[in-house]
Amino acid sequence: MGRDVWVVADHAAGSVRRITLELLGKGRELADSHRGKLVALGLGHGLEGLAQVLGEYGADVVLCADHPSLASYTTEAYGEVVSSLVRERTPWLVLVPSTAWGRDLAPRVAARLGAGVVTDVEALWVEDGQVLARRPMYTRKVMGTVRYVGEGPHLAVVLPKVFAPAARHEGRTAEVERVAVQPAPPRTKLVETRSVQRERASLTEAEVIVSGGRGLRGPENFALLDALAAELGAAVGSSRPPVDSGWVPHDYEIGQTGKTVSPTVYIAVGISGAPQHLAGMSGSKYIVAINKDPNAPIFQVASLGVVGDLFQIVPKLTEEVRRRKAQA
Amino acid sequence: MDVVVCVKQVPDTEQPIRVRPDGSGIEEQGLNWILNYYDEHAVEEALRVREKHGGTVTVVCVGPARASEALRTALAMGADEAVHVADPALEGADHLGVARVLARVLGQLRYDLVLCGRLATDDNASVVGSALAEYLGLPQATAISKLDIQDGLATVEREVEGGVEVLQVPLPAVFTVERTINEPRYPTLPGIMKAKRKEIRTFTLPDLGLSAEEVGPEAARVRYARFEPPPRREAGRVVTPDSPEEGARLIAEFLQETAKVL
Repeated sequence: MGRDVWVVADHAAGSVRRITLELLGKGRELADSHRGKLVALGLGHGLEGLAQVLGEYGADVVLCADHPSLASYTTEAYGEVVSSLVRERTPWLVLVPSTAWGRDLAPRVAARLGAGVVTDVEALWVEDGQVLARRPMYTRKVMGTVRYVGEGPHLAVVLPKVFAPAARHEGRTAEVERVAVQPAPPRTKLVETRSVQRERASLTEAEVIVSGGRGLRGPENFALLDALAAELGAAVGSSRPPVDSGWVPHDYEIGQTGKTVSPTVYIAVGISGAPQHLAGMSGSKYIVAINKDPNAPIFQVASLGVVGDLFQIVPKLTEEVRRRKAQA
Repeated sequence: MDVVVCVKQVPDTEQPIRVRPDGSGIEEQGLNWILNYYDEHAVEEALRVREKHGGTVTVVCVGPARASEALRTALAMGADEAVHVADPALEGADHLGVARVLARVLGQLRYDLVLCGRLATDDNASVVGSALAEYLGLPQATAISKLDIQDGLATVEREVEGGVEVLQVPLPAVFTVERTINEPRYPTLPGIMKAKRKEIRTFTLPDLGLSAEEVGPEAARVRYARFEPPPRREAGRVVTPDSPEEGARLIAEFLQETAKVL
């Protein structure tokens, strides 16, 4: 079996997304420990420039699968190309980003190859020659450690923001290989991608998240969070009640029935801290909570909890942040 | 339009979940077992498809004897038939093994559409749907938030980073559903009474022409090594400031000096 570690790159319009750099960072470490190469696999159409970036962030080899059928993600075309490359070249590990397409793709490839697949991976390491992965389960009330059976290839679908991104080495280059691919036309047709109306920072990539709960009382009050987030360069999210009440769309939701996030700082505003919400954000490095109820469970996980009226504190906080930024 | 819905029984995560002292699993005693939340949405969507296009809804579950209760819930919601694959040899099977079993069951059923929940709230894997589509050789779409069927062609929407994808998928296909697709109905009392009388067809692996070596723990490509409670978060500090200004200052100071994000 092979020794190489592959990273399936998440990229758009010639730039790679942060999760790709995180996978390259972890991939570099694992490849070195296994005396293998770090291989980045880019799929798409018109991949100019991608190989250079991937090389600068540590890939030894960049495989470019460039084909009009790969211009946008479809399970079938991507599944066919990734499966056949993995089958042919037998990497040891394949790291897939936990994005909408990554979660769709990896199990299909694993089923086709009869390879082990673990999703929601938060830690990945080698013990006695075996690969282990740790993942949250049961609303993050349990952490499960999974052992891959056999020599590989093993697939890991890795959550964003759990591994440190690779450092950039300007001028470093990777060996670039254009792989000839000819995927069958997929049966599924992408009709359109509607972008969300409001331009928002990505929750899964954000360093800081400002998140609102039932305590906001209505959709109009999310403007308070937008203003604070703008000062902090943060993304805005929510717990489940604002989504169920129709105040914000479902893509805001953080928690068991929404997204899993691990920002440096998570600011929970008017969020009580139900287990279903904690499931999606308790991987954050710091949690700041503002809630008027001193017994709210969110205070049990908060690094800093402030008991008080969010409608008074948040605007003051926005001002205070603006003032400190101006001084800095 | 015949729809098959694959469902799972999971512990209700509203209640505490405890790891066994030896780390071999969770304490199952006293747990309340329910139909997986996302599977309720899948059953609901199947019922809506039936209401619009006619046909039948069959629910299929792979799991231990107790899992028949999850099938009863789906029947009480209005599903027509239920199939339960229960075999002790499946204890320790991985998701690919379960998907193989489901594929074999589907080989014996008539269907135009297969629905699953986006994930099961016990292990959150979201593997079975895609793997099942692969074993059946069918197109798929995961985590769909909208389904519309016309002339054997499904138009589905799925949330992706920064937007919503609209896909056209020829049927038969496998879809996994997001919670925003619908609001599941509650079973009615007559529905519950009727469900109690319905027969659940039960299969073992040999009934399906499968062996433990093919789909059981021996075939598993991943195995759980241990379970642990999550690391405890370091206790922080909770303050009741004298004024909103004071609260704002404390938070800003924390962001600047401790978290260093300013």
